[in-house]
Amino acid sequence: MNAPERLPAALPDVAADQRYIGVAVPRPGARRLVEGRGSYVDDIRLPRMAHVVYWRSPVAHCRIVRIDRDYARLMPGVLGVFDGADVARICAPWVATLGHLAGMKSAPQHALALERACWQGEPVVAIVAETRVQAEDALQYLQVEWEALPAATHMETALAAETPVIHPELGDNLCFTRALDTGGVDDAFARADVVAEATFHFGRHTGVTLEPRCQIADWNPGEQRLTVYHSQQAPHMMQDLYARQFGLAESAVRVICKDVGGSFGIKVHAYPDDFATVAVAMLLKRPVKFVADRLESFTSDIHAREHRIHGRIAASKAGDILAFEIDDLTGIGPYSMFPRTSAIEGNQVVNLTGGPYKHQQYRAQLKVVFLNKTPTCQYRGVGHPIACAVTEGLVDLAAAKLGFDPLAFRQRNVIPDDAYPTSGASGIRLEGLSHEECLRRIDTLIDYPALLAEQAVLREQGVHRGIGFAALIELTNPGAAFYGVGGARIAAQDGATIRLEPTGGVTVMVSVGEQGQGSEGIFAQIAADAVGVAMDKVRVVTGDTDVTPYGGGTWASRGAGIGGEAVLQAGLALQQNILRVAAAILQRDIAELAVRRDAVIDMATGASLMPLAELGRVAYFRPDTLPPGFTPELMVTRHYAQRDYPFIFTNGVQASYVEVDTETGFVKLLKHWAVEDCGRVVNPMLVDEQMRGAIVQGIGGALYEECLYDDHGQLLNGSMADYLVPMSGEMPDIVVAHVQTPTKSSQLGAKGAGEAGTAGAPAAVMNAINNALRPFDAAVFSQPFTPEKILRALGKVT
Amino acid sequence: MDDTRAIHLHVNGEHRHCDVAPRQHLVDFLREDLGLTGSHLGCEHGVCGACTVRLDGQIVRGCLVLAVQADGRSVETVEGLTDSGAARDLQDAFVARNALQCGYCTSGMLMAAVELLETRPDATREEVRVWISGNYCRCTGYQAIVDAICDVLAARRSAAAGVSV
Repeated sequence: MNAPERLPAALPDVAADQRYIGVAVPRPGARRLVEGRGSYVDDIRLPRMAHVVYWRSPVAHCRIVRIDRDYARLMPGVLGVFDGADVARICAPWVATLGHLAGMKSAPQHALALERACWQGEPVVAIVAETRVQAEDALQYLQVEWEALPAATHMETALAAETPVIHPELGDNLCFTRALDTGGVDDAFARADVVAEATFHFGRHTGVTLEPRCQIADWNPGEQRLTVYHSQQAPHMMQDLYARQFGLAESAVRVICKDVGGSFGIKVHAYPDDFATVAVAMLLKRPVKFVADRLESFTSDIHAREHRIHGRIAASKAGDILAFEIDDLTGIGPYSMFPRTSAIEGNQVVNLTGGPYKHQQYRAQLKVVFLNKTPTCQYRGVGHPIACAVTEGLVDLAAAKLGFDPLAFRQRNVIPDDAYPTSGASGIRLEGLSHEECLRRIDTLIDYPALLAEQAVLREQGVHRGIGFAALIELTNPGAAFYGVGGARIAAQDGATIRLEPTGGVTVMVSVGEQGQGSEGIFAQIAADAVGVAMDKVRVVTGDTDVTPYGGGTWASRGAGIGGEAVLQAGLALQQNILRVAAAILQRDIAELAVRRDAVIDMATGASLMPLAELGRVAYFRPDTLPPGFTPELMVTRHYAQRDYPFIFTNGVQASYVEVDTETGFVKLLKHWAVEDCGRVVNPMLVDEQMRGAIVQGIGGALYEECLYDDHGQLLNGSMADYLVPMSGEMPDIVVAHVQTPTKSSQLGAKGAGEAGTAGAPAAVMNAINNALRPFDAAVFSQPFTPEKILRALGKVT
Repeated sequence: MDDTRAIHLHVNGEHRHCDVAPRQHLVDFLREDLGLTGSHLGCEHGVCGACTVRLDGQIVRGCLVLAVQADGRSVETVEGLTDSGAARDLQDAFVARNALQCGYCTSGMLMAAVELLETRPDATREEVRVWISGNYCRCTGYQAIVDAICDVLAARRSAAAGVSV
């Protein structure tokens, strides 16, 4: 099911005897997972471990009048009942803002709400018992008296005078606003031959990791040390936050992330119940486990993507895009989310809209408003799916008005492949992209003329199919520009430590972890090639702040590009050190030696001189035989931070082929294609699977997923039965092809691949639906594109 | 409320005699009382399929069956499936196709696929897609899972027809 030409001509090798990088080898970590031998947080049991459950606000906004814990406290097995004041005594509140988002504001937030709860699902009281069942039983006997307060639940009216201000001390419900203007937008629109506009709506949705958020906090008073087993993407970030909020030394906190059952950005944030669970573990001096149930997941996992955007595009008769203009309104929660903030998503929309194109004029207005709904933050794609849908929706509208074929219109307007490095109209710096090549590739990949012919024939028969395209850029390999410059202590660099074992094996400890993407697999591939050993000789260790180098972890599609480069550099350095040892043992010039396939060889003849197992034996057990003054250094660490650009962008194009039933409004996805350029592809199978999984998540947002609220801020669909996600029966087969434009900012040349699928899929599906609806002069711009919305657009229901 | 009932059952071929609370779900019993953590909890209301196990040979949602309902019956989990080797080809295909990412859905997905392989050896690709539509996977987008199951269907059909594969 893969594209005929899956990979372009090979890139120059980065290792002398490259056998794994660029090859679709299965990842070693998969075997234990198919045998049921994973180790997820809920699988771990510690001695004297207790369980915490939370009483959460049942309404969007309320004053906590009284908490009567006596009955709950008397229930069997209950060890403690704690409220916000109990926890606040040892855990400091936080305000989630970033210095580089000028004017951004938020209110102090506590681990458990004090006096007032501001969204349905905000944790208020913690009940700890010997078992989860006992804690849940006791929860039924907790008596909380609360008084409902008026709530701000609609972003369109969040700033209106009659809407209650959630945090009066902030003055209004405006979290952040930003304006960007290149200066000539009005002039561009005035001289345009064609102007098209639309209002786009994006439904609030969430990540629905199959494994809920979970952790075990273990405070050992004897050593004054906190260990947290956490289903998380950024262990060092959490170590820093736990240390700071609880006033502990960094060295007193250890965060361990073993198997993580899906993350997608949901598990890269610091949730109030993360801190509350640590607090109750410290107060009780015993390990405490928290595992969210599914309703808690829907009301307390971060939400994302609730935007309303008015967009306009100006184009000339000749077919040149002259300008884009957007006005973005987005509703977040009552607090900006800690520590990455809830303003990044909107900020990204401003930065990314129009991204693939060479227009010079752009104006954007962004308003981020507080609501009494679940807090929002970064979820896979972060702003990209929104910016891409707005951009590509407007591009299709302009092309249609001009009578241009949508693919030809894109070819004409993308930034040419020979124009890099350059900057986009929003000011983003672009190192090297391949839009033209990707568009050429998709044209042949989908056999566009044949599809168009099929579409025309079927239209005659009353079958309405549509072809939709979406060109995109994706931000990957971030430098410190994302968070560090704004004051957030989230590492932009990552590190790898690599050690030759006495038997010739290699152990690699990396600060980027694994949540299923295959990070550990590609690190093993890179390490094997860099050192010169077989891949089955490599063991990769991640997810433990006591063990790995310090680093940022998994987010913003940085695992392969940042973590992979650190592994490559560490592996190459270890190989050099191995050669130094070999030269000392063999009394040869180091320049005559190389490491190949688990042995030191003679470069000139290729003859094997010494297996690495023998070199390890001598270095570790018989150093007395080595020359005086020479010490083998068979463990090395290298770090890497991408410092050449704020971000290394990738690009790609997707195509969707759908059939719309104009009687029922149902959309059948027939097929989906993606051509992507993530630079050097370390493992084509894993990149394909990242693309497919991400595309399906994007399709979820486009067609099914939405957190539905009533006017009072009550979530109406907080269960998996009511909140729809893509299931296998509705999903199309997805063909993936690659173009490789390696980044010059690293030796490996890899860029990120985890989010581009989600970025482009909603736009491609939307454009395909609207392409199918074109004969009816109907179009939809409000995601998710439910049958009801499509029938409304067709005028079949009112 | 935690009065217990004695139950006798076979779990992965081993006879077990346990006291369980009448309200305890089968999957909680397997995970908490027997330490069989290969079955996972995703939703606890029968939607996601992560807790799928076999009860007397038929797949059930471990979160919708009570442990007491397994009294006198036989339960198989992913651990037992692995030890028996009965689905080694399927597990190999999952690894080869990267038909799992985070792995949380995988044991339930394997259980569902095993029943398909056994009861519908002639299933088409479309039927495979429909069959596993009762199991959530949030990572893969399903295609690799469908590919893996189809690979095994084809291989088993070929083997049954006496054709080497």
